[in-house]
Amino acid sequence: MSTSDAALAIPSPSRSFWNGDYGLRAWLTTRDHKRIAILYALGITGFFFLGGAAATLIRVNLIEPTGSLLTAETYNKAFTFHGVVMVWFFLIPSIPATLGNFLLPLMIGARDVAFPRLNLASWYLYICGGLFAVASLLAGGVDTGWTFYTPFSTMFSNSNVFLVVIGVFVTGFASILTGLNFIVTIHTLRMPRMTWYRLPLFVWTMYAVSLVMVLATPVLAMTLALIALERLAHLGIFDPALGGDPLLFQHLFWFYSHPAVYIMILPAMGVVSEIIPCFVRRRIFGYRFMTYSILAITVIGFMVWGHHMFVAGQSMYASLVFSIMSFIVAVPSAIKVFNWTATLRKGAITFEAPMLYALGFIGLFMLGGLTGLMLAAPALDIPLTDTYFVVAHFHYVMVGGSVMAYLGGIHYWWPKITGKLYSEGWARAAAILMFFGFNLTFFPQYILGYEGMPRRYHSYLPDFQVLNVLSSAGASILALAYLLPVAYLLWSLRAGAAAGNNPWNARGLEWQTTSPPPKENFLSEPIVREAYAYDEPAP
Amino acid sequence: MNVLSQNVALAASAPMVSEQYDDARQQREAATLGMWVFLATEILFFGVLFASYTILRVLYPQGFAVASRHTDMLFGTIETGVLLSSSCLIALAVRAVKLDQHRVAVWLLSATAMLGVTFLVMHGFEYYKEYTEHLIPGIDFKQPAPRAHAVELFFCLYYCITGFHSLHVTIGVIVIVVLAVRVKNATFGSQRYTYPELTALYWHLVDIVWIFVYPLLYLVGRSG
Amino acid sequence: MSGLGRLLTDASSLAPQVDGLFWFMTALCGAVALGVICAIVYYSIHYRSGSNANRSGTLANTLPVELTWTLIPSVLFVGVFIWSLFLFVKMHTPPADAQTIYIVAKQWMWKAQHAGGQREINTLHVPLGEPIRLTMTSEDVIHSFFVPAFRVKQDVLPGRYTQLWFMATKLGSYPLFCAEYCGLDHSKMGGEIVVMRPAQFALWLEGHLGAGTLAAQGAALFRAHGCSGCHGANASIHAPDLDGLYGRSVQLAGGSQVIADDRYIRDSILLPDKERVAGYEPLMPSFSGQLSEEDLLALLAYLKSTSIATSEPPAIGSESTHEHE
Repeated sequence: MSTSDAALAIPSPSRSFWNGDYGLRAWLTTRDHKRIAILYALGITGFFFLGGAAATLIRVNLIEPTGSLLTAETYNKAFTFHGVVMVWFFLIPSIPATLGNFLLPLMIGARDVAFPRLNLASWYLYICGGLFAVASLLAGGVDTGWTFYTPFSTMFSNSNVFLVVIGVFVTGFASILTGLNFIVTIHTLRMPRMTWYRLPLFVWTMYAVSLVMVLATPVLAMTLALIALERLAHLGIFDPALGGDPLLFQHLFWFYSHPAVYIMILPAMGVVSEIIPCFVRRRIFGYRFMTYSILAITVIGFMVWGHHMFVAGQSMYASLVFSIMSFIVAVPSAIKVFNWTATLRKGAITFEAPMLYALGFIGLFMLGGLTGLMLAAPALDIPLTDTYFVVAHFHYVMVGGSVMAYLGGIHYWWPKITGKLYSEGWARAAAILMFFGFNLTFFPQYILGYEGMPRRYHSYLPDFQVLNVLSSAGASILALAYLLPVAYLLWSLRAGAAAGNNPWNARGLEWQTTSPPPKENFLSEPIVREAYAYDEPAP
Repeated sequence: MNVLSQNVALAASAPMVSEQYDDARQQREAATLGMWVFLATEILFFGVLFASYTILRVLYPQGFAVASRHTDMLFGTIETGVLLSSSCLIALAVRAVKLDQHRVAVWLLSATAMLGVTFLVMHGFEYYKEYTEHLIPGIDFKQPAPRAHAVELFFCLYYCITGFHSLHVTIGVIVIVVLAVRVKNATFGSQRYTYPELTALYWHLVDIVWIFVYPLLYLVGRSG
Repeated sequence: MSGLGRLLTDASSLAPQVDGLFWFMTALCGAVALGVICAIVYYSIHYRSGSNANRSGTLANTLPVELTWTLIPSVLFVGVFIWSLFLFVKMHTPPADAQTIYIVAKQWMWKAQHAGGQREINTLHVPLGEPIRLTMTSEDVIHSFFVPAFRVKQDVLPGRYTQLWFMATKLGSYPLFCAEYCGLDHSKMGGEIVVMRPAQFALWLEGHLGAGTLAAQGAALFRAHGCSGCHGANASIHAPDLDGLYGRSVQLAGGSQVIADDRYIRDSILLPDKERVAGYEPLMPSFSGQLSEEDLLALLAYLKSTSIATSEPPAIGSESTHEHE
């Protein structure tokens, strides 16, 4: 359909991207970025609960010091599955592939992404990779840990490493295609007045995360291919018996996996940057510095991978270089936290669920980030690494950070995507319950790590039991808090009030079209203004 | 050709603009940027192998030299010439498409594809020869003792690098053959040549990777 | 003492310094976190929608504020980095007079060998107040030697030696954990470090003698595996003389130079052509697969002992004279 056809289309109230072509086949062959976003959301939700089930097994097992719930073998497979699923099949695609796919063209005034068929292909790759991962579970599981360290993963593990590695390899290409699509979309499909410095910060983070996905993921792909080859064909460059180097694997693995954590956090920061101005009714504080910070995190994030290897056997000098770089990469994140806080000043703040999630994000991300700073010092990392201190650190940033932001974004844009309003009362209750449950689960783990409890332990010294029980209690609250949104959000599809185009009175081009949007996104050309123009009335 | 059929020929090769684009120029810009981003991912992909090679060669310089002398330099050199020539031919083919010289373009593209196949066949012969010399790690690898480990490491990398490269050559050959068919059907021409241009870009990348692979694998320790 | 007491006590010379940095960082990060949280709470209440706070006069030029909260954290971070740098270098550099104990890790146990040939499994006896260096390797996968009370941790790798050092400052026994996931019984791969007074430690060593000192065991292996056939005084084959080798600088065939340390000796036995000495043919066979990690450590100890016997002062990591015949 050409542009002239779109201009002649007569808007109809019930005509949205949901009810164009009906049927399974229409959805599975769609090229509409909004439908692809929904398809991704279904997959991501499924994997979240699969990974969550593994977490449940872990936390229940750890109530008892002897680890009586599971055998050691099953436990090892449980934490491996939890890590693999949560990292590659939930966190990395979560915001970019769902909210990013849905919102990016809308936010820049485009009709779709640059390569819609590649977009659909990326979803199929994601699902295909996911099926391999599930197959590895059904075939008996994998016990290497999500980090696949050699030589255990290549020469000692008897589990289904090959299957899960194929799964991650295939899904990696979904990441690459999404990133490629977004970069080209942002460069070429912005509408005429939408200059770079008028873009919402969410779009900036989509751009940055795409750079990381495109440049880092191929390294993972090849590294996993080398593991698979070493297992299958004994082609081993990580094999110490041959004079190869197991540390080489770690360098290659973390060269991807550190930038990967920025894939997880940058979009979350973008979501928070959208929510806060809306519920404070002010422009974001320091827009330019926020964009510089996003780019700084992206670039410097590629230079810090060795901080995962301070005790691995790398040279002291390498460790010192990675340490100073890790301190430096914390600075732009700090700038962002200060800017979000400063945005609150002189605002008129309301506390709907998205805002609760955004405020929770700031606090929890900050705590996680500050403990990351402690780990950036090798002298402190030496006693703390490979203990529960690190486990607490990364769950604070990934769960307290990314997951909270993801849920905040889901709530914020739910009216736009579905055309329905969810129950604000239930949503606030769930957010508060989640905040409380999360802290009860993971704060004790900082103390456990400081006390010396190593990670990936199926059983532990009885001295650690009290904190473990507290953590497991928190996990049960957290699990309930995650189930609540599924319930009330689905309920809103049935019984929620109609949302209207702009229920939050927000700025941003996506709010200038109907809720839900029509297939072609805009029926009339949206009006471009400065980003976060909350001091002006909505167009 | 009379004016009517000329116009028909031109119309047949006018680009179809997908609905997300405002015009053909924007579509071409997007496709080109997309291909360059994709090439960047390929460089990172091969980069892992080159990084591993560098580290292991710094650790075992003499072992790598001995191992490299086991590769077939004659075949490697001919393969380099083959790929370089094919890059030249595909560049000429793209030019021919832009000048609406469809017959010439089809011949050039077919020749490019055939050179690609030649490259792969020669590699096949190399692999077979190395198999008879017990140089394939994991398949009856046997080399004289003092340097066996370094030779085995070298050949692990050799098969990974040439294997992945050959995979990319194979994909390239298939894409070029499909392109040749579409050029024959006048899908592309002076009004519409983005797809052939981008295919040529991909083929040039495959060639450039080989230009690094050749000296690193075949020419270590060959001087003197 | 309860387990936690044994874990959290600062039982090594550097532990108090590590704790000092840890608590400083905790306080600093806690203060920053508290500050930001208080600001958020204050703003949320004061500027809630409908309140009569003064909302006029917003900041026109935000650059000074931005620069301030960019530069102050940067300076603080660099300061902390420098503090941590000095401490890290200390943690990484054993004193010259440290005694070496050899650790071999395997799934799922820790094996220790003292220089005098005493062997232990999952327990390590050490003297109070004397610096100890652990030279460690793994027989299979990567493990990690972790003693929370000493604040030390170091991954233990197959195919190479890694080291850590500590000086115990309190008597008692302290838990040892494996801290790098290594398979099925990773969580059971623990043990104890037992710190004794030097006199009692000497008694313990005497009471647990094995098959001769480590160096003597190494000398026996040197003969049994035919090393003296080429490297001995009456050898017909032209091979480098190993007397006094340890710690010396070696000229390699490629033109470079290397110090003959633990790693070099181990690699020369298993991968003889990796760093061949200049002027010698590549004739030495590889002993890969024929010698266990303990055998290799015994040979290493033997070669170190020949370097003490010569008049040349050994360069790095030499054995102290803590031998027991």
